[in-house]
Amino acid sequence: MTTGTANPPPAIAVQALRKRFGATAALDGMSFDVAAGKVTGFVGPNGAGKTTTMRVILGLDAPDEGRALIGGVPYGKLRRPLGHIGALLDAAALQPGRSARNHLLWLAHSQGLGAKRVDEVVAASGLASAIKRKAGGYSLGMRQRLGIAAAMLGDPPVVMLDEPFNGLDPEGIFWIRGYLKALAAEGRAVLVSSHLMSELEGCADHLVVVGRGKMIADTGVAELIARSSGGRVVLRTGARAEATTALAEAGGTVAVTGPDTLTVDGLSSEEAVRILNADGVPFAELSAHRASLEEAYMDLTRDSVEFRAATTQTSTQASASGEVA
Amino acid sequence: MSGRDGFGRLVHAEWTKLRTVRGWVIGLVLAAFLTVGFGMLGPMGSQIACDHVNDAPTHSCHMSGPPKDATGQEVDDQSTFVHRTLTGDGSVTARLTAFGGLYSPDGGGSGDPSNPTAGMTSGLQPWSKAGILVKDGTATGSPYAAVLATGTHGVRMQYDYTHDTAGPNVAVTSGAPRWLRLTRAGDTLTGYESADGATWTEIGTADLANLPQSVQVGVFTTSPDFAVVKSSFGGSSTNTGPSLATGTFDQIAVTGQTAGDWTVPAIGSAAAADGGPGALQGPEAVAGAVPSGTGGFTVTGTGDIAPSAPGEGAGKTPESSLAGTFGGLIAVIVVAALTMTSEYRRGLIRTSLAASPRRGRLLAAKAVVLGGVSFAVGLVAAGIAVPAVTAVEHSKRMYVYYASTQTEIRMVVGTAALLAVSAVFALAVATIVRRGAAAVAAVIVAIILPYILAVASVLPAGAAEWLARVTPAAAFAVQQTVTAWPQVSASYTPTNGYFPLSPWAGLGVLCLYAAAAYAVAHRLLRRRDA
Ligand SMILES: Nc1ncnc2c1ncn2[C@@H]1O[C@H](COP(=O)(O)OP(=O)(O)OP(=O)(O)O)[C@@H](O)[C@H]1O
Ligand SMILES: [Mg+2]
Repeated sequence: MTTGTANPPPAIAVQALRKRFGATAALDGMSFDVAAGKVTGFVGPNGAGKTTTMRVILGLDAPDEGRALIGGVPYGKLRRPLGHIGALLDAAALQPGRSARNHLLWLAHSQGLGAKRVDEVVAASGLASAIKRKAGGYSLGMRQRLGIAAAMLGDPPVVMLDEPFNGLDPEGIFWIRGYLKALAAEGRAVLVSSHLMSELEGCADHLVVVGRGKMIADTGVAELIARSSGGRVVLRTGARAEATTALAEAGGTVAVTGPDTLTVDGLSSEEAVRILNADGVPFAELSAHRASLEEAYMDLTRDSVEFRAATTQTSTQASASGEVA
Repeated sequence: MSGRDGFGRLVHAEWTKLRTVRGWVIGLVLAAFLTVGFGMLGPMGSQIACDHVNDAPTHSCHMSGPPKDATGQEVDDQSTFVHRTLTGDGSVTARLTAFGGLYSPDGGGSGDPSNPTAGMTSGLQPWSKAGILVKDGTATGSPYAAVLATGTHGVRMQYDYTHDTAGPNVAVTSGAPRWLRLTRAGDTLTGYESADGATWTEIGTADLANLPQSVQVGVFTTSPDFAVVKSSFGGSSTNTGPSLATGTFDQIAVTGQTAGDWTVPAIGSAAAADGGPGALQGPEAVAGAVPSGTGGFTVTGTGDIAPSAPGEGAGKTPESSLAGTFGGLIAVIVVAALTMTSEYRRGLIRTSLAASPRRGRLLAAKAVVLGGVSFAVGLVAAGIAVPAVTAVEHSKRMYVYYASTQTEIRMVVGTAALLAVSAVFALAVATIVRRGAAAVAAVIVAIILPYILAVASVLPAGAAEWLARVTPAAAFAVQQTVTAWPQVSASYTPTNGYFPLSPWAGLGVLCLYAAAAYAVAHRLLRRRDA
């Protein structure tokens, strides 16, 4: 830390937000920072307060307590806000009778921007061929792209997207992931919410995990996975019994997970290889287990799931798709 | 950066929003069409029995309308006038020693040519007149000045039909005669009255620039129709009947350069000249003057010298060309409300507020755009409706009352302002209730409903007048061209086109409602979560 020059303020600073809607505390002391140059995943189960937090950041909802700053400034003080932060909260928020291009045009005019800037973001969104059509006829995927184009109008250093993967086909998910990574690579701060960790796999660099209106974890993706993976080794071998004996003697906890598959806890992969070789036990494959982001996330949020039944169901589907991917 | 601190950007954005939804553009164009179209329906629909009978224009055809004065104002100019010529400066003086009259309280004449006043009740009308007159000849509608006694409104000075100055509020009887005097000095005429012919009090002066050197001076009497308005649910009706008044003058003196002798209209001469049906059975049959005593005259007259108020069936008022305004207004209200409520319905309001976190400015920008566009629509619609509907009325051989160019401009600009302020009102209500149907219904109930109740003859005159005074419908006064003349008794109700407030005061009432709704909307928009 240097003295004399102040650190640049975080791209987004969320500070101790509290917000009640009647009996529900939607936000209960939510705090976190979002840094530039990274894709920050904002994850948590349904009702965790992600959307509410984003609304407060945009000055749409007034918090009961706390505040949110964009580059150190509250949203309401921004004079050309879309030049500071571009956001997509609700892709369906469109006037159906207005063409997509005119939607971008009025938004551009509100920021003192012209049609030229509209054409630039349209080109980047891949919507150019459909841009003259009425927004009411847009598919969900096209609306998401249009919303992202709108968020990029002011060429903002901070981009914030609420559930941009919702309802997208694999091709669309792939496009957004790549787009977000490219934005972060340009040095922008990207905050993207999701209640499905799997969607952020391979995209997010950092995670803010929330539950019940609070931040639960604020961590790098690599660290989180390393932590969840622990020291588990997966072994495929024809000599199941010999391998079990040898590894158990060396202090590992061995579980049989298939006809020729074992899982070993408590030994590193190097130790396991050395022991098996020393005892002359043959094996076909040995690998360190890498936890999926999904598993790591489930570990974290086990205690803070608000809608247990609904979330369990969702997670099952998610695990299934996670394995495929 | 355009505009003051970016407000211009917001106005630009709101204009882009408005023009890029086809339904709204169509709605605004429709507003103009409805304003003109509904205005046309009136004259188009009435194929009047006014056309021709055997190729000859019928009497009920008001193509020429009532007589007009030099400015074009429709006037009544009928009296019994005993006169002689005065050239240059001078004065005329007379003493009114008796003033009485007769009227038919339930309409009609006696039907008996031998006794034209049979069945008439004794009494003067409030605006029966007897006095002295200086007039540019005897042609109807010519300039004049008069000092006169009235039935119940005291002694007054009147000139050129529309001008009326009150003198002492005294009744003239044979026990309390009144002296009246008019002097001419160049273009200036000064009226005086006196109780004794010795002490004179000035009532007022008139500057009659177009009075020729030679004028007719003398004494006159006239008396407008008896009229009583009966008001009830289902509208009001007016009971009318003819009347006459008789004034007895003596001490008549004219100073200055006079020529010729007195011209004394004989009894019945007006009826003979009129020749119309019933003329010989009504008061006209006994109108005329006879010399009395030493140089005096007893003058009996019927009619009025006053501005003519458009009565039912007598012709079209200029504002009738804007009768379709309510249709255009509904379209404008719908568009204005939907521009806001559709944003709430689609969640687009969040995008708008994220683009403009200073919420008051967003509302202001919307108000500027909607107000401005509605004003333009109103200007075009009224600018077309006034000449176009008037042309249709003319083609249907209807008489259209006079309005000065200035008044026509006020009608057109006022209609535009009416639409503009209503649009802002609808925007504010829409912001408050956030539901399209509820907002449109509320604003229509506030503006259009009281207007229709007030002008359709369904309410008693008092209730209709109250609505036209305290509800936003008061703003329709801005289209009014007809004047409720204090010196003419008539049924001055909203149904007949008379709004109780002056044009701009009426519009002001709507402005107050709009401002109050706007203040609430502004406050709510700033305080509410979006
Ligand atoms: N306008 C509102 N009125 C009442 N309750 C609300 C409102 N907005 C949010 N809530 C409540 O606040 C809590 C947090 O909601 P929020 O939408 O922020 O969650 P989320 O994390 O975005 O969930 P999801 O993943 O389902 O989108 C929920 O219990 C929700 O029901
Ligand atoms: Mg949400």
